Amino acid sequence: MNFLAGAFRPPCNIRITFSDGKTRKKVSVKKENGQAAMLPLFHSQENIVGEVCIEPNQGKKIEHNGVKIELLGQIELYFDRGNFYDFTSLVRELDVPGEIYERKTYPFDFSTVEMPYESYNGANVRLRYTLKVTVSRNYVSNIVEYQDFWVQNYTPTPTINNSIKMEVGIEDCLHIEFEYNKSKYQLKDVIIGKIYFLLVRIKIKNMELEIRRRESTGSGPNTYVETETLAKFELMDGAPVRGESIPIRLFLSPYELTPTYRNINNKFSVKYYLNLVLVDEEDRRYFKQQEITVYRQQETS
Amino acid sequence: MTLPPDAGAEDEEKYLAEGIAGLQHNAFYMHRALDTNNLKDALKFSAQMLSELRTSRLSPHKYYELYMRAFDELRKLEMFFREESKRGNCSIIDLYELVQHAGNVLPRLYLLCTVGSVYIKSKEAPAKDVLKDLVEMCRAIQHPLRGLFLRSYLSQISRDKLPDIGSEYEGDADTVNDAVEFVLQNFIEMNKLWVRMQHQGPMREKEKREKERSELRDLVGKNLHVLSQIEGVDLDMYKETVLPRVLEQVVNCKDDLAQYYLMDCIIQVFPDEYHLQTLETLLSAFPQLQPTVDIKTVLSQLMDRLSNYAALSTEILPEFLQVEAFGKLSSAIGKVIEAQVDMPVVGVITLYVSLLTFTLRVHPDRLDYVDQVLGACVKKLSGKAKLEDGKATKQIVALLSAPLEKYNDIVTALKLSNYPRIMDHLDNSTNKVMAVVIIQSIMKNTTFISTSDNVEALFELIKGLIKDIDGARDDELDEEDFKEEQNSVARLIHMLHNDDPDEMMKIICSVRKHILLGGLKRLPFTVPSLVFSALKLVRRLQGQDGDVVGEEVPATPKKIFQILHQTIEALSSVPSPELALRLYLQCAEAANDCDLEPVAYEFFTQAFILYEEEISDSKAQVTAIHLIIGTLQRMNIFGVENRDTLTHKATGYSAKLLKKPDQCRAVYACSHLFWVDDQDGIKDGERVLLCLKRALRIANAAQQMANVTRGSSGSVALFIEILNKYLYFFEKENPQITSSVIQGLIELITTEMQSDNATSDPSADAFFASTLRYIQFQKQKGGSMGEKYESIKVN
Repeated sequence: MNFLAGAFRPPCNIRITFSDGKTRKKVSVKKENGQAAMLPLFHSQENIVGEVCIEPNQGKKIEHNGVKIELLGQIELYFDRGNFYDFTSLVRELDVPGEIYERKTYPFDFSTVEMPYESYNGANVRLRYTLKVTVSRNYVSNIVEYQDFWVQNYTPTPTINNSIKMEVGIEDCLHIEFEYNKSKYQLKDVIIGKIYFLLVRIKIKNMELEIRRRESTGSGPNTYVETETLAKFELMDGAPVRGESIPIRLFLSPYELTPTYRNINNKFSVKYYLNLVLVDEEDRRYFKQQEITVYRQQETS
Repeated sequence: MTLPPDAGAEDEEKYLAEGIAGLQHNAFYMHRALDTNNLKDALKFSAQMLSELRTSRLSPHKYYELYMRAFDELRKLEMFFREESKRGNCSIIDLYELVQHAGNVLPRLYLLCTVGSVYIKSKEAPAKDVLKDLVEMCRAIQHPLRGLFLRSYLSQISRDKLPDIGSEYEGDADTVNDAVEFVLQNFIEMNKLWVRMQHQGPMREKEKREKERSELRDLVGKNLHVLSQIEGVDLDMYKETVLPRVLEQVVNCKDDLAQYYLMDCIIQVFPDEYHLQTLETLLSAFPQLQPTVDIKTVLSQLMDRLSNYAALSTEILPEFLQVEAFGKLSSAIGKVIEAQVDMPVVGVITLYVSLLTFTLRVHPDRLDYVDQVLGACVKKLSGKAKLEDGKATKQIVALLSAPLEKYNDIVTALKLSNYPRIMDHLDNSTNKVMAVVIIQSIMKNTTFISTSDNVEALFELIKGLIKDIDGARDDELDEEDFKEEQNSVARLIHMLHNDDPDEMMKIICSVRKHILLGGLKRLPFTVPSLVFSALKLVRRLQGQDGDVVGEEVPATPKKIFQILHQTIEALSSVPSPELALRLYLQCAEAANDCDLEPVAYEFFTQAFILYEEEISDSKAQVTAIHLIIGTLQRMNIFGVENRDTLTHKATGYSAKLLKKPDQCRAVYACSHLFWVDDQDGIKDGERVLLCLKRALRIANAAQQMANVTRGSSGSVALFIEILNKYLYFFEKENPQITSSVIQGLIELITTEMQSDNATSDPSADAFFASTLRYIQFQKQKGGSMGEKYESIKVN
C-alpha cells in the first residue's frame, strides 16, 4: 500500500482543521485497525466551522472542476461493508472550477447542524460523521480527503424512572425478589439494588450481575444480533438462607457503555440488559435478564 | 472421600502453601505499585492478592493463617490510601468508589473496608454513615467462613473508630446509638454465619464441624467484647438496647454451641453491676435456650460472678436486696428446669448447688433462703428413686456440704428442715460419705452440740452410719471404711456436750437410743464412747456432790449407772465380752468414786459373770483377769464381806488359768489385792505371802512340767519376777516378807541357773543381773533402806 501510495501520490495535500480544534474536547476512538485515535467531539446543533487547506505538491498545479466539502452522517453495516448509507448530507461549494498553484485555504461553516444520532463503533455496525473534501477533476479520479469527528448527544433526565422490582423463581426450589433502583441509568450512574431470598432449596455458590449489550442490525431476514457481556460483577459469595437480602452496588463508569440506541434510522439498535445469574454448586446457572435504558446526561460540571 | 485423615491434612498444607505463595506473589507487585504510587496497579494487585482468600479448601485454622498474612498486607495498603488521599492525587471519596469496581466480591469488600477505615479517619463523612454502609455491604458474603473473617476484619479496623462518647468520631447527638447499632449488626450477622456452618456439609462430619466452629467462636464473641468497651453503653443503654438485642439473637439462633458460648460471653464481658440490674431480662432468656445447652454451667458462672461481686463490698448488698436477686435467680432456675424436661438430675442439682453457693455468699443471714433452695431440690427429687448416678450424688454432697462449710456450724445446718430430706435421696454409701463429712465438719470446728433436740436432728442426718439401712448388703462394705466411719461416730459422741447435767443427761439418753439400734457390728465402736461420755458426766456430778438434792433431779449418778448398765449389757450380747468387761470395770471404778458400793459391786458381778460365761479364750482370760485384779485393787468402798468375795473370786480364777506361767503371774498379781499402798488401805501381809508362795509353787510346777515335756527346765524368769514382787513388798514393810526368804529365793534362782539342764536365757540372765544390781544399789544407799537390805547377801 505504501509503495502504491507513493507511486500514485496525490498531487496535493489536503488538511481539514476545525477552528476550535485546539480547545475542543476530544475522545479516544478505536479505529478499525485497532489503533486509538483522538477525534474532536461535537454535539447536535453545534456549528461545525473550520478551514480546508489544499497545498499542491512541489511544482505541481491542480486543475479541477470545483472543490466542495460535505458533512456526512453515515451508517455502515459490516455485512455490507463499504456501502455507506448517508442519513445526513450537507454540501458547501468551496471553489469554482479552476487551477490551484499554491497553498490555498477555504473556510467552511456548517451552522447548527442537525446530528440526530451518536457516533458508534459496534460489532456489526458503524455510525460515523465525517467531513469529506472533494477536488473534482476531469479524466483523472477526484482527490478526496476525510476528517472524521465524533458526535455525542445528551438526553434530558427522564421524568419517569421507575425502579425494577420483580419476583422470580423456580417452584419449590428458589424464589428471589430483586430490585434495581431505576430502569434508566445514565452512563456514569451506579446501580443500587437488593436481592431478597424468599426461598432457597438449592446450594448456591455465588451470584453475579452481568451487563450485556445486545446489538441488532439489519432487518427482516438479514437481522444480525450480537450479544456481548461487558461486565461480570460478583454480588454474593456463598449460599444464602431464606430471608437474606444482598445489596447491589454497581458503578457503571468503568465499563464502556453507550446510550441505548433504539432503531437508529431503521438500521440498528443497541440495548442494554442486566443479567442476574445465580450459580449453584454443580455450576448450573439460573438467571433473569432485565433491560435497562442507558442514556447520556449533560455533565453538570 | 475415603482418604485417611492424614492425607486430608497433607492436602490442606499444600493448599495453604499455594495460597500463601499466591498471596506473596501479588503482594510483591502490590508493594511495587505502592512504591511507585501507581494506584491502578495497587488496586489490581491487591484485589488479586485478596482473591486467595476466596478459597474453600482450608479449615478455619489454616484459613486464619492465610487471613493474617493478608491482614498485614492490608495495613500497608491502608497507609498508602491515607497518603494518597492526603497528597490529593485521589480523593478519599473517589477511592471509596474506585475499590468497588473490583469484580470479585470478597476482595472488593476487603478493599472497601480498608478504604472505609481511611475514610472515617479523614472525617470527610460521618463515621456512622461509613460504618453503616460497610456493615451493610458485607452481607454479600454468605459463605460462613469467609464471611466471618471478613466481618472480623471489619470489626478490627473499626474498633478505634466507633462514634463513641468522647471519641473523636463522635458526631451529633446520639451517635453512640449508631456505634452500638453497628457492632450489634455485625455481631448478629456473624453469629448467623457461625450458626449456619453447623448445617453445611455432610452429617457424618458433624463433630469435626463442631470442633472447627469452636475454633471460630472468639471471632463472634469479640463483638460482645467491643460492645462492652463502648464508653457510651451505660446501664440504660445496656438495658434498653444492647442486652435485649443480643439475647434475641442468642435465643433465636437455636444453636446449642452458640447459645452456650454467647451466654457465657455476655456474663463474662459485661460488668456485674449490669447483670444485677438486668437480672430479670437476662434470666428470662435461659428457659428459652435449646434443651441441649449446658445451662447449669452458664448459670453457675453468673451466680459465681454475682456472689464475687457481692463480696467486694458490703455497700453492694442492698442492691441485691433491691433487685430481689435471690428470688429472681431461684424462679429462673425453676423455669429452666421446667423448660428442659430432659435435663439430667445431675444438672438440676448442680444448678441448685450454684444457687446455694450464691445464697450463702450473698445472704449468709438468710437461713430461710438456704432452706428454700434445699426444699426446691427436694421437690425436684421427690418421686424419684434413690440416685444411682455418681455425678448426681457428688453434686448432692456438694449441695449439702456448702452450708456446713459456710456456717462452720452444724447447729445452723440442723435448723434446715429440708436438709435430712435431701440426704434421704442419696444412695447408702454416699449417704454415709455425707454423714462422715458432717462429722468431720463438727470435728474440724470443734462444734459442741448442746441440746438434745439438735442431737436428735443430727442423728437423723447421720443415720446412715448409725444403723443398717434396709436393703444394704453387708458384703459390699469395706471393713476399713466401716471402721473409719464408726470411729468417727465414736468421736462425734464426745462432741455432744452440755454443761448442764440435766440436758447432758437427755443427750446421753438420746444418743443411747440411737446407737443401740446400730446392731452387732457397730456397738463395739460406739458404746465405749457413750459410756465414757456418761462417765464424764458422772465425774462432774460427783464433783458437785452437795448440790444433788431430792429425787426429782433427773441426772444422778445412780440413774446414769443404771443406764450404763443396760447399755453395756447390750454390748455383752453382741457378743463383745472383753469390751463389755472393760467397760463394767470402768463403771465400777466410777461407782467406787461415787461411793456407791452396791452399784460397784453389781458391775463387778457383771464383769465376773462375763468372765465366767463369755470369755473362753485363754489369752483373753489372762488379760481380763489382770484387768479385774487391777481395778479391784483400787476399789476402796467395799466392805469386808464384799471385798472378800471379790478377791477370793479373783484369786480363784487366777489359779485356774490354763497355762502355768499365766497362772503364776496372775497369782502374784493377786498379792496386791491384799496390800493397798494407801494410808487406810488393806495391809494383809499374811495373805500377800500366801499368794506369793502359791506363785512360787506354780512356778516350780511349771519348771518341772517343762523338764518333763522338753527335757530341759524352763526359764527362771518366773522366779525372778516373783523375786521382784518379794522385793516390792519387802520395801513396803510387809512383815511377812523377810530378808531370809528373799535370800532363799535368790539362792534358788542361782542354783537353777547353774544347773546342768538349764536352758540359757539371756533376757532372764539380764533381768536377774539387774535385779541383783538393784539390791546392791539399795544396800549401798544406806539409811533405813540400806539397813533393811544389809542382811541380804548377793554374790
